[in-house]
Amino acid sequence: MSFRDIDEIIKERKDNFLLPMLQAIQAKFGYVSETNAHYLSRKTGIPFSKIYGVITFYEMLYTEKKGKYIIRICNSPSCYLNCSLNLIKFLESSLKIKSGETTKNKKFSLEIVSCIGCCDKAPAMIINNKVYGNLDENKIKKIISGLK
Amino acid sequence: MKITINNKEIECQPNKTILEVAKENDIEIPTLCYQEGFEARAVCRICLVEVDNKLLPSCSTKAKEGMVISTESKKVLEARKINTELLMSKHIQSCFVESKEHELCKIAKNVGIRQAKFDSNKKTYIVDKGIAIVTDNNQCILCGRCVQACQMQNVNAIDFAYRSYHTKVTPAYENKLDDSVCVNCGQCLLACPVNAIYEKDDTKEVLKALKSKKHVIVQTAPAVRASLGEEFDLPAGTLVTGKMVSSLRKIGFKKIFDTQFGADLTIMEEAAELIKRLKENKNLPMITSCCPAWIKYIEHFYPEFLNHVSTCKSPHDMFGAIAKSYYKDKYKINKKDLVVVSVMPCTAKKFEIQRKEMKKEVDYVLTTRELARLIKIKKIDFNNLADEDFDAALGLSSGAGTIFGASGGVMEAALRTAYETATGKKLEMLEFNQIRGMSDFKEGSIIINGKTVNFAVVNGLHNAKEVLEQIKNKECKYDFIEVMACPGGCIAGGGQPIPTNKEIVEKRMQALYINDKNNTIRRSHENPAIIQLYEEFLGRPLSKKAEKLLHTNYIKRGI
Repeated sequence: MSFRDIDEIIKERKDNFLLPMLQAIQAKFGYVSETNAHYLSRKTGIPFSKIYGVITFYEMLYTEKKGKYIIRICNSPSCYLNCSLNLIKFLESSLKIKSGETTKNKKFSLEIVSCIGCCDKAPAMIINNKVYGNLDENKIKKIISGLK
Repeated sequence: MKITINNKEIECQPNKTILEVAKENDIEIPTLCYQEGFEARAVCRICLVEVDNKLLPSCSTKAKEGMVISTESKKVLEARKINTELLMSKHIQSCFVESKEHELCKIAKNVGIRQAKFDSNKKTYIVDKGIAIVTDNNQCILCGRCVQACQMQNVNAIDFAYRSYHTKVTPAYENKLDDSVCVNCGQCLLACPVNAIYEKDDTKEVLKALKSKKHVIVQTAPAVRASLGEEFDLPAGTLVTGKMVSSLRKIGFKKIFDTQFGADLTIMEEAAELIKRLKENKNLPMITSCCPAWIKYIEHFYPEFLNHVSTCKSPHDMFGAIAKSYYKDKYKINKKDLVVVSVMPCTAKKFEIQRKEMKKEVDYVLTTRELARLIKIKKIDFNNLADEDFDAALGLSSGAGTIFGASGGVMEAALRTAYETATGKKLEMLEFNQIRGMSDFKEGSIIINGKTVNFAVVNGLHNAKEVLEQIKNKECKYDFIEVMACPGGCIAGGGQPIPTNKEIVEKRMQALYINDKNNTIRRSHENPAIIQLYEEFLGRPLSKKAEKLLHTNYIKRGI
């Protein structure tokens, strides 16, 4: 297996700062695999256990491959008061996964997240950087079926 | 600078924490997550004190001029109690047993908690049962002392992962400890205040072997006799060699032997190896190989320098090899029927015996704590036992073997024999005081046959990196280096009684040196049993037979 991409990422970050390197690896591969993290540890001297600690501390860094579309639905007070829990249940049953999981065909991942700053459009969710607000079940059905 | 603690005016130096000042003035503040010599994490909130109506952690708050501090106001006591209750809720609920080893339960008792107040909604975790070390996250209260201990050893096998409710201590990617870079030194286990990390228990297996018709023999490491008494409330530094031997006999071992005999044998081989390397000027510096945690460390982190490590097996494995060859033949014991048990101050020895290279020469390793448990299971009144002696031949040892248990001891013992065998002259001064004691790094030199031999002692794994980097950069001026993973040597090993702290370790160390001084034989090569073994069986050090039985090779593991 070639680690040329990781070598390049390390070379670019001369300061050896961990978080930007992890972000770059995730941008390249979609997640930080065990082999990649291990390689990063060997090359930078940052302990493997520490790297894993940082990845798992941040919700936006993944240790497993995620779906093509990552659905992040907000469950903070404004969305919660606008019945986001029902929508989460709806998403879980229609995608047949629990939050935090990825569909078998690796198309969708579902995550419950904290406030995404769209309280004015509550309940809201983000799918791969695009915001969808004022959600209801019908709207979600349409959005999901529109994603190829 | 003046501050007031509990209405008492106290003169103190600036730049000290409230906890340090209190300690200097014999004012007791309970602590949990705080470890002396480490950065204060201040996460347990047990050491809270009241300053101007505010509660502050004394471990991380610096004392300031004119501060008025209360360590036992109503507010403090209430907060301390509730914080302890919260910590207990993270711990398993059933654990309200009084235990000598368990710091959190002690604190709970002191603040007056009788039963769990808060329900735990903690997740349940699978217990990681390793070859040497077991970690049980169900008991963990996330104080972080094990993580600090692992960092101090420069191993970093474990760290915190996840966040808030989901936080746990784990090796990377949920791997098992055995699959990580863990060297099994057990310093994490000594640091744990709630017994969430402990040694893999082998007492049941040993009891089973004792019940069978097999010939079960036991050997005890030097460090055990200087610490076992602590498990029976004797003061630290009490030598209990005689009581230990008689308790082992009562437990039912056929023969009680001494790992110090193995240590003497190690010295014979290692000194010969050193002289050979010095003559050939090859693979220098030579580094000692007695410590299995150190061996695993270099296999992981500096495998390119494995040629510097002595090929000698560790003393208890040498003993095992001799027991399963020389002793077995001499006493006509069937190979299948011979069981060798080692009592060690060490958790890494449990890992060592199952290495392929060791060919099962030792069957079981018990830690000092496990031996104490066995004695208690058998209801032996340890403190009132009469002193007894080790069994002949493999139980005979020199003072040089004794000091193996302390940092610098292997080096000292090896130098005594290397000098005298190489020059044919007697050493005037047997004590090498410059390499004794608790310093991180100790060094000295000796002239052998006109050549100056520089030697160094690395006390604790965190100091090993510097020497290894010197070797890497070809700047290393030493010819012979001793490395022990645990700070203080085997007497501070992961299998020793809890608590093991610097003060206690120094007392145990003292006991070993006194034992050496009182021994009539103080050089390994003068041990009559060793001389006999070479005459009857091995020939000479580094002979073909010795190489086959007493030497080993290592694996490049990498990180």
